[in-house]
Amino acid sequence: MSATKASHAIGQSIPRLESRDKVTGRTEYVHHFVLPGMLHGKILRSDRPHARIRAIDTAAAAALPGVFRVVTIDDIRTVIPHPYYGPAFHDQPILADGKVRFAGEPVAVVLATDRHIAQQALELIDVDYEELPFVENEIEALHSDVRVHDTLKPAATFPDLKHLKGVRDTNVALQYRLDRGDTEAAFASADHVFEHSFKAQPVMHTPMEPFVAVADMRDDRLTLHTSTQSPSFVRIEIARLLGWPENRVRVKVPHLGGGFGGKLYIKLEALVTALSMLARLPVKISLTMEEQFFMVTRHGCTFRIKSGVDKDGRLVARRCDIVWNGGAYADIGPRVTQKAGFTSAGPYDIDNLTIRSSAVYTNRPPAGALRGFGAPQTAWAYERHTDIIARELGIDPLDFRRRNLLRQDRPQATGTPMTDAALLPVLDRVAQLLDWKTPLVRSEDHILRGRGLAVGLKGITAPTTSVAIINLYADGSCGLYISTVDMGQGSDTVMAQIVAEELGLDPASIRVINPDTDVTPYDMATLGSRSTFHMGNAVRRAAADVRDKTAALAAALGLPEGHNVPPSELLRKKYGMQAGNIVGVGSFIPDYQKPDPATGQSQKATPFWGIGACGAEVEVDSETGHVTVTKLVSVGDIGTPINPRLVTAQLSGAAIMQLGFTMTEKMDFSDGQLTNGSLADYKIPGLLDIPVSFINEYVENTQGTGPFGAKGAGETSSIALSPAIGNAVSDAIGAEVTETPLTPETVFRAMQSASRADRS
Amino acid sequence: MTTRHISFTLNGRAVTASVQPHENLIDMLTTAFGLRGARESCGQGLCGCCTVHVDGQAVSGCLFLADMAEGTRIDTIEGLGGADGTLDPVQQAFIDAGAFQCGFCTPGFVMMVKTLLADDPDPSDDTIRHYLSGNLCRCSAYPEIVAATKLAARRIAAEGRP
Repeated sequence: MSATKASHAIGQSIPRLESRDKVTGRTEYVHHFVLPGMLHGKILRSDRPHARIRAIDTAAAAALPGVFRVVTIDDIRTVIPHPYYGPAFHDQPILADGKVRFAGEPVAVVLATDRHIAQQALELIDVDYEELPFVENEIEALHSDVRVHDTLKPAATFPDLKHLKGVRDTNVALQYRLDRGDTEAAFASADHVFEHSFKAQPVMHTPMEPFVAVADMRDDRLTLHTSTQSPSFVRIEIARLLGWPENRVRVKVPHLGGGFGGKLYIKLEALVTALSMLARLPVKISLTMEEQFFMVTRHGCTFRIKSGVDKDGRLVARRCDIVWNGGAYADIGPRVTQKAGFTSAGPYDIDNLTIRSSAVYTNRPPAGALRGFGAPQTAWAYERHTDIIARELGIDPLDFRRRNLLRQDRPQATGTPMTDAALLPVLDRVAQLLDWKTPLVRSEDHILRGRGLAVGLKGITAPTTSVAIINLYADGSCGLYISTVDMGQGSDTVMAQIVAEELGLDPASIRVINPDTDVTPYDMATLGSRSTFHMGNAVRRAAADVRDKTAALAAALGLPEGHNVPPSELLRKKYGMQAGNIVGVGSFIPDYQKPDPATGQSQKATPFWGIGACGAEVEVDSETGHVTVTKLVSVGDIGTPINPRLVTAQLSGAAIMQLGFTMTEKMDFSDGQLTNGSLADYKIPGLLDIPVSFINEYVENTQGTGPFGAKGAGETSSIALSPAIGNAVSDAIGAEVTETPLTPETVFRAMQSASRADRS
Repeated sequence: MTTRHISFTLNGRAVTASVQPHENLIDMLTTAFGLRGARESCGQGLCGCCTVHVDGQAVSGCLFLADMAEGTRIDTIEGLGGADGTLDPVQQAFIDAGAFQCGFCTPGFVMMVKTLLADDPDPSDDTIRHYLSGNLCRCSAYPEIVAATKLAARRIAAEGRP
């Protein structure tokens, strides 16, 4: 097609398309969505971590003036006979079904026209519980007599989980296994063997727009307005619950006030659907900030890692045993277990590997995906482990990493080659930014200084599909129809840039139609750094289809090759007036090879590699253990940027979020009860927490299979940040920190135990 | 519940509203006036998403009872900028510096930067960091927000505007 104007949209830092709406407060979020006659639902939550429900007395609540109805699982069953949902396991009841499995689990809902009345009525519901013993710790849960679930209930949609159906007497939902070479033999012949154990804590996404969903059920169709990252999945799962075809369920998603992996798969949607069916009115549930802590968390985990090293300082064997605290319901935990499992040996070239990664049920809030699918927790362990080994062998930590790093096209643990993965460049750039070879001024008075770096990798969920439609209207302007959810990452803008580049248009003129499953085509979900790569490729193909169809139209109209007639004129010639459309469709699914179930080996385990390195300088107060991060550096491999400013903001934002997970954020539990579930007690980073020296960069690279050389970047700087700071802290205090967050207490304890060890 | 009728000035116009004792300013702005820029997020006055101006002072709307608006001047993000659609210099600086991602916290930050620049037209980095420390952005566009604040300050000074 002839370009209407020369366009170089790729590589331009154009502002977000929706910029004006965002600074004027007019962006559309479900948070504010209302429908005529809409009821508000408020959730009564369990105050026991594990208990049988003997009875629920709702009479007093139902009698409160203004209350429309009180709903329990018995009511839900009248409209949805099998009320269990979930992306990997159908283990989560829409409301507690005879049993509660964590403190905070939804037990009943009050519906009222006024949410304050609904809230007031919750206090009038009386639940008679028979308390059961509970298990919170993932290691205890492996062997505990407490069973969180009687049997495993894998979803039929994942063929690789089918063998788990009906398995009894275990809290282990799934174990991921990878074997390469002969690990035990290599340990036996290694010159040095190191073994350490690390822990990561549960944290929460804390989107500023709390979870919210509205269901509008009519006799033969349902519309959901929901703050979800996965509209296509919501439609499929709700249709399954209702026994309906997909075309009777419509899911609409405007912009999201943050997601970070929390608003994935299915969250409030099944509940509001059932409530709207029962009430025969639209129903909205908006969680409070406090309630978000009971919806989904990031997995805590325990990671035991053992490595064999030869006399030249080369890693020859590694064994990784990871146990993930999945909470009471699996959510996407089994996938976190697998995805983080397969990169858990780190970015190193090791011939002999054994990996065991287990998803375990406990009586805690469910855990799911959070910016990295477990990769940051595993990197915390393997990169702290790397530093400890280097120190004990007397090798510079940078040199030790460079010696062992996977080089271009070498096979990773799965056997998949490290193609287009800039591991060495990101590591070297971090070292350069830290001025690594220049010694630090060590300590002054009671201030201990330290420096650390770390590098890590992440596989991308595969195989997944994206579909895009471009509709060229009669005047030559166009709309892009995609189900990618813009939750702040800037996907609308980046996708518009791709269309603009391909069709020779101004990116600001491209209309991006936000997800509406009646209108926009299938997309697996907006998660795991996948959109720019997968949807970006689909959008390119849709644009190519538009070009092909435009050329075919021109040919049918008898125009010669190399004509200069714009599409609007072609349509006018065909239809005799401003009319018609040229519709291009593109879909993308990457090459993928299913891993061997016994060994985890695959030549194509991931469509691309997420690669990030970080560095930190810290000051530790030796009297209090308080850590100040004085310099923080994050360098990512994002392929070739489509919008440099947006991708840099992504890197920076993920780094600051991970700084929170490293320094302050932790969900604290006491006797199965969350004790700090509000922003008053759970500290997320603010402006005063940003290090004075804070540098975010990417290295030059090209992802050969990506759109214009790009790859995803949403999680890149999440991966290696925690261990970079941990390594700096250990460098400063001369003692090993093994768990996050690095609170003064944690650091002080590490210092104390090291000085005790010195004395004994 | 006792409904009270109050009068106040909203974005420069005299208005009245009927409010209940438990309603906060955000409830009222949203339901009675359809203003959605100030948003309740944490509900505890800790995140700044609900920041509005009452008599020129920044307040957390989620902690400010609607009833207390009687006789005051309330200004919200919707009142910024010109009637012809021109943006306030702070809003424009937020766009030019890329100072937001999801945008949910943005109106609160913009309103806070407005009072900052009214108090100190040429704030240092340190002043900005402290002044805005009560506003949270989970997307963490903090470096860009600092840059936007300085950009707005420079532009306002250059134009000689208040």
